[in-house]
Amino acid sequence: MPELTNVSIDKEIDARGSFCPGPLMELIRGIKALPVGSVLAVLSSDPGSARDIPAWIQKARHDYLGAFPEQGYTRFVARKAH
Amino acid sequence: MQERMSLIVFSGTVDKLLAASILATGGAAMGLEVEVFLTTWGLEAFRKDNYKTNMRVSKDFEDYAPVMMEQMMAKKVPSWMENFKGAMEIGDVKIYACSMTMELFGMKLEDLEPIVTDVTGVATFVERAKEGRITLFI
Repeated sequence: MPELTNVSIDKEIDARGSFCPGPLMELIRGIKALPVGSVLAVLSSDPGSARDIPAWIQKARHDYLGAFPEQGYTRFVARKAH
Repeated sequence: MQERMSLIVFSGTVDKLLAASILATGGAAMGLEVEVFLTTWGLEAFRKDNYKTNMRVSKDFEDYAPVMMEQMMAKKVPSWMENFKGAMEIGDVKIYACSMTMELFGMKLEDLEPIVTDVTGVATFVERAKEGRITLFI
């Protein structure tokens, strides 16, 4: 299982129980609200997030730091790049 | 040229409006210019405050309506109206009302939800949709 090392999460949004496109919307709003360089984590239990969230991060040209599976949900981590 | 997604929303049932609103959100999230053309029942659904009482679902799955509504409430699925508002907030989304339907139903722009951007005719919509990458009729 991958682990986050040397990265501190500045903000974590709990979007568990929210459905497509909810977690992605939370991520987009969250990134907008943070200063450049911040690390944001979104917790999602929506199976669509596994592809949707990395696809958006790539499209929006932020840094995707990975998906970290937990019990019943996944923590998606990104750094605001611009 | 920016990539564009055009949605023709003809249906006014909650199930189809939900699908349309999620597609609009996805398009907006992925950086596409999204244009929504509301016509007939799709436009009726955007009449001011109509969404608050609209519980209709597609006729062919009418028997599922109570269960669907119950599940949507229980699981706190955002309403189609919330999705459209969210899509507009994160991206470039415009919602147009079909002028012919406006005429037919005796509507004015002020009778519609404020998220409806403007009134347009079919020719203008087609002219813009022909440059698009995705066009869907819902």
